[in-house]
Amino acid sequence: MTALDVALVGFGLLALAGALLAVTTRHIVHAALWLVVALGSLAGVYLVLGAEIVALVQLLVYVGAIVVLVLFALMVTRSPIGPSRDHATSPAHRGVAAVIAAGLVALLLAVLLPIAGSGAVTRQVTSNRALGADLFGTWAWPFELLSLLLLASLVAALAIARSRAVTGKEDA
Amino acid sequence: MGAAMSVWEVVLRSVAVLAAFLVLPLLVGFMEHKVMAHMQARLGPMYAGGFHGWAQLIADAAKFVQKDDLLPTAADKGVFRLAPSLALIPYLVALAVVPLSPSIVGADAPASAVVVLAATAVGVLGGLMAGWASANKYSLLGGLRSAAQLIAYELPMVLAVASVALAAGTLSLTGIATEWRPWWLLWQLPAAFVFLAGGCAEIQRPPFDMPLADSEIVFGPYTEYSGLRFALFLLAEYAGIVLMSLLMSVMFLGAWHGPWSGPLGWLWTILKAVPIAFLFLWFRNSWPRLREDQLQRFAWLVLVPLALVQLLITAVGVVMMR
Amino acid sequence: MIHAWPAVVLATCLIGIGAYGVLARRNAVLVLIGVELILNGANVLFVASGATVSVPSTAGSVLPLFIITIAAAEVVVALAVVLLAFRASGIDVTEKS
Repeated sequence: MTALDVALVGFGLLALAGALLAVTTRHIVHAALWLVVALGSLAGVYLVLGAEIVALVQLLVYVGAIVVLVLFALMVTRSPIGPSRDHATSPAHRGVAAVIAAGLVALLLAVLLPIAGSGAVTRQVTSNRALGADLFGTWAWPFELLSLLLLASLVAALAIARSRAVTGKEDA
Repeated sequence: MGAAMSVWEVVLRSVAVLAAFLVLPLLVGFMEHKVMAHMQARLGPMYAGGFHGWAQLIADAAKFVQKDDLLPTAADKGVFRLAPSLALIPYLVALAVVPLSPSIVGADAPASAVVVLAATAVGVLGGLMAGWASANKYSLLGGLRSAAQLIAYELPMVLAVASVALAAGTLSLTGIATEWRPWWLLWQLPAAFVFLAGGCAEIQRPPFDMPLADSEIVFGPYTEYSGLRFALFLLAEYAGIVLMSLLMSVMFLGAWHGPWSGPLGWLWTILKAVPIAFLFLWFRNSWPRLREDQLQRFAWLVLVPLALVQLLITAVGVVMMR
Repeated sequence: MIHAWPAVVLATCLIGIGAYGVLARRNAVLVLIGVELILNGANVLFVASGATVSVPSTAGSVLPLFIITIAAAEVVVALAVVLLAFRASGIDVTEKS
């Protein structure tokens, strides 16, 4: 184990704990807050792996915008304080879900672990300059496509949010 | 920053950043007391400490510490307790990467401009958590308003920072300030305006204080807070003013550029930040609060297009000069 | 020096946890949280590959940036749908209005 490994495992365990609580907690808003813990720790993981920009964008976009939107949605849909079982699934349902998830993990591990290898390798640090040059060089077309996607989603969200729910009970 | 920093240097830098973080917001707070008073033809605090009431905020702090730490029965206790710290600490992190001069900086990160943006984006969560966990409808309304406002104003702010970063060719605040030239004042003027307005909205100062709006929703997310936790939120607000003023100074006003910038660079950075801090206080005293729809309209129909146009101007300028 | 396998295990577990979240939750917003975890699992895998390959490449950082952007777009549309559906019938994804 090297120092980088220790940092990686530390942040990783924190992220896993946050993720696990995010999908199991009975407090609805706490799920979003545990997601913040998971995403923040993952930013740490990216930093350890030498991807500074990804770590910062993770905080800026994921925590600063996506989670804020999720919290906004949870508040608007009037999530209660305290544990809520209104929308809980049955234990059998959760059991099946857990089995499927475990199967997925086993499958992925079986495929990916042999590729990862077990030896220590030199960490490649991505420099911001090289990243920028490649982002607007090699990846320029996907980048432009993404801007189209963002525009489309912006318009779509606006159109959806503006349309009136015709069948709804008007209590919102 | 050298590759091998000694333990002592790390400790010294941390202590210096912490001291600045604790002292500067208090100075701004005192400035607000006095400026507001004189703008309203009053004297403001005059007794605490003797000379023009300079110790008023220290007395306030002593008062806050003695107050009962109330906890609403229906509140989500853990989140309620955690929220003030989460609102405050990101500002500390952000302040650590803001350079006062090429050598005086808490921690010189290679992408410090993004660090600052990321930190303030995380700090937003504190207010949201407070708004939700208080179990108070005014707090919840305030939380919703702050979420909507912060998402709307973060985008133009990021674009404004992108503009100066593009002009300087670096994401480091130190690099941006080093590359700065006096004519950038004109070239980057729209970005400076966007950043000032966006920053003012980000720290929820008037006229962008819809989330707090004390005349309609009591005090928004902070309604249920008292004692030390409330003081932490106030400290976060003033720390926000300090951070935004310093950032304006570093990114748009040329930080340490000025006569005798060698030994006195840090002083220039601070001297340029003071008028900006004064502006924030002036705004509060002069302008009425924007309504929610005006607020959103201003962000999406004025600031975002302006920031995009600025980005275009910057890009053209950078290409032409090459 | 760094080992690649802890990052791979982390990514896999994140994907598993996310999948569990998608399958086991009925609140539409909580399902979204599961989706976010799956996307982050993919990101960890990308970044880890970029950090541990022998030939330096920026793809390990570029692709996560793209994924984060796509996630933002996805969340915006999904939440608009959720809010509209909530106005019509409530937050439960399995309920019929």
